[in-house]
Amino acid sequence: MIEINNLHKSYEMGSSSLHVLKGIDFSVNDGELVAIMGSSGSGKSTLLNILGMLDTSDNGTYDLDKIRIADMDEKKAANYRNKFLGFVFQSFNLINYKNALENVALPLYYQGIPRKERQVTALNYLDKVGLKDWSDHLPSELSGGQKQRVAIARALASNPKVLLADEPTGALDSKTSMEVMALIQKINNEGKTILVVTHEQDIAEMCKRIVRLRDGVIVEDKKVKQNIIKNV
Amino acid sequence: MFNIERWKEIFQSIQKNKLRTALSGMTVSLGILIFIILFGLGEGLKNSYTDLFLRQANNVVYFYPGKTTKPYGGFKTNRRIEFDNSDIVDIKTNFSDRVEYINPTISYGATIKYKLESYTFTIQAVSPSNQYISGNILMKGRYINEKDIQEKTKVVVIGRIVARDIFKGEDPLGKFINIGSRSFKVIGVYQDLDGDNEESQLFVPYTTRQQILMGSDKVGNIDITFNPNLGGKGAVKLEDDIKTFLKKKKSIDPTDPSGIRVRNVADELERSLQFANALQIIVTFVGIGTLIAGIIGISNIMVFIVKERTKELGIRKALGAEPNEIIKMILTESVFITSIAGVLGMILGIVILNSLDSGVLQDYFITRAGVDLTIAFFATVILIVFGVIAGYIPAKRAAQIKPIVALRDE
Repeated sequence: MIEINNLHKSYEMGSSSLHVLKGIDFSVNDGELVAIMGSSGSGKSTLLNILGMLDTSDNGTYDLDKIRIADMDEKKAANYRNKFLGFVFQSFNLINYKNALENVALPLYYQGIPRKERQVTALNYLDKVGLKDWSDHLPSELSGGQKQRVAIARALASNPKVLLADEPTGALDSKTSMEVMALIQKINNEGKTILVVTHEQDIAEMCKRIVRLRDGVIVEDKKVKQNIIKNV
Repeated sequence: MFNIERWKEIFQSIQKNKLRTALSGMTVSLGILIFIILFGLGEGLKNSYTDLFLRQANNVVYFYPGKTTKPYGGFKTNRRIEFDNSDIVDIKTNFSDRVEYINPTISYGATIKYKLESYTFTIQAVSPSNQYISGNILMKGRYINEKDIQEKTKVVVIGRIVARDIFKGEDPLGKFINIGSRSFKVIGVYQDLDGDNEESQLFVPYTTRQQILMGSDKVGNIDITFNPNLGGKGAVKLEDDIKTFLKKKKSIDPTDPSGIRVRNVADELERSLQFANALQIIVTFVGIGTLIAGIIGISNIMVFIVKERTKELGIRKALGAEPNEIIKMILTESVFITSIAGVLGMILGIVILNSLDSGVLQDYFITRAGVDLTIAFFATVILIVFGVIAGYIPAKRAAQIKPIVALRDE
């Protein structure tokens, strides 16, 4: 599903440049649930952003579902993001003046799907994350866990090939984190490929594979026994 | 441009962000509103000016006899100059191609009596041309005519105020009033837009007055109107020519400034039109200034709006919005708001202008305050266009920002 080779990325910081990713080789198969771990500054978020086409790499190749992602203009990148990728952010990034249903329906709008159909699909996904009854609530009326579930429903709505979650539990308490991770496990079990960036060991252990980054290189990449969450 | 789904998105954004909508809308509305009101009042000021000087015939030149200040041709200084009938004939024959009307006038005072009551009003002995030159509007009866001049009839045309004061509601036509010791028949009543003073006069044929003065052939002033085709320069030339002619005839030193005095309405008109033009320029500047202020206002707000929406735009991009789609969304929204607000401001401005009490305005020398619809529309369109331009630049920049940068924006 994901195949990257010798990926480099540096940021210009005034006169000096910060080399964040120093040659990453990494691949992900269909249906995997991968945790990308590392302390802050290890380059894990940068890697995720490049995988999510929110940022570009300086060097190296990236293939997503056998399609080479390189030198894309913004328009093409936008289309690929829309079709192939779903995002879950630490800060939820819901649009505050849209209710839960409208937020979930937004990626479908950019696919050109008619309004009626959008709403039906969006409601389905809200149901899937257990928030069907909250569809007409604004983000400000939802708890953190609910917001993140709406964000997950939104990420799923366009039926992407890969779900990218950047510290999805970073802003949540441990109980709510469990709920969200349980949802992520459930979606993964249904066959979706998911990448989770986290710095929390217990969250990482709920995934099936852990990739550890330090100073821009992968220092560890191992399959783990998944800590399956039950009855939350 | 027309995409119903995008419009739905835009309507939601407008509805849910009322403060933003109100801010940008108000800027445009206010800009147009102030523009229209200032411009309209300015126009009113100009109208007052033009009215004031266009009501009277404006191609009039008045010749007044004076006293000489230089000895000349055997005459001593300080000689009183007088006009007489031969001057009228001479002007008529020598300048017939350039002069339209000639109106000799003799002003005098006399007691006016009607039914034992006495009144004091200005009496002017004039020719029929006086009606045109003074801008008298006949309310009833008739004006002095050529037959009155020839037959030296004892008739009088009275002003509205005179009629009101003397006849107190009675119909003055056909009544006889005494002017001095002679009885005159009232043949007409006139009004004059220049006000009460102008309506407090009585006009009698100048030949009648001359006859009363024992067959005198003297007249007071001579007013002439020139052929309007002469234009300003031609009028001044004519004025000089007549003056030179009369000075020569009356043996006045050609360099004597006060033997014959001249007042030219065209000169005054020219000056006042210059003033009106200056007013117009000021009004235009004020208008342009207001518009620029409005444009700066809407530009600021557009920058602010885009800045405020940076994160939202980042989310939209992450979810698959193309850069073009972002630009279109912002621009359509801004065009929509500015258009509606602009038209609202325009209508409101026009309504306010029209509802202003014209009486109160008149006190401030403003007549028919109003704005040309074309100008109002043009100003609105300008503001909208600049709103679009002002919105396009930040929108384009926002659309180019990498989504990750936009998402980081707090």
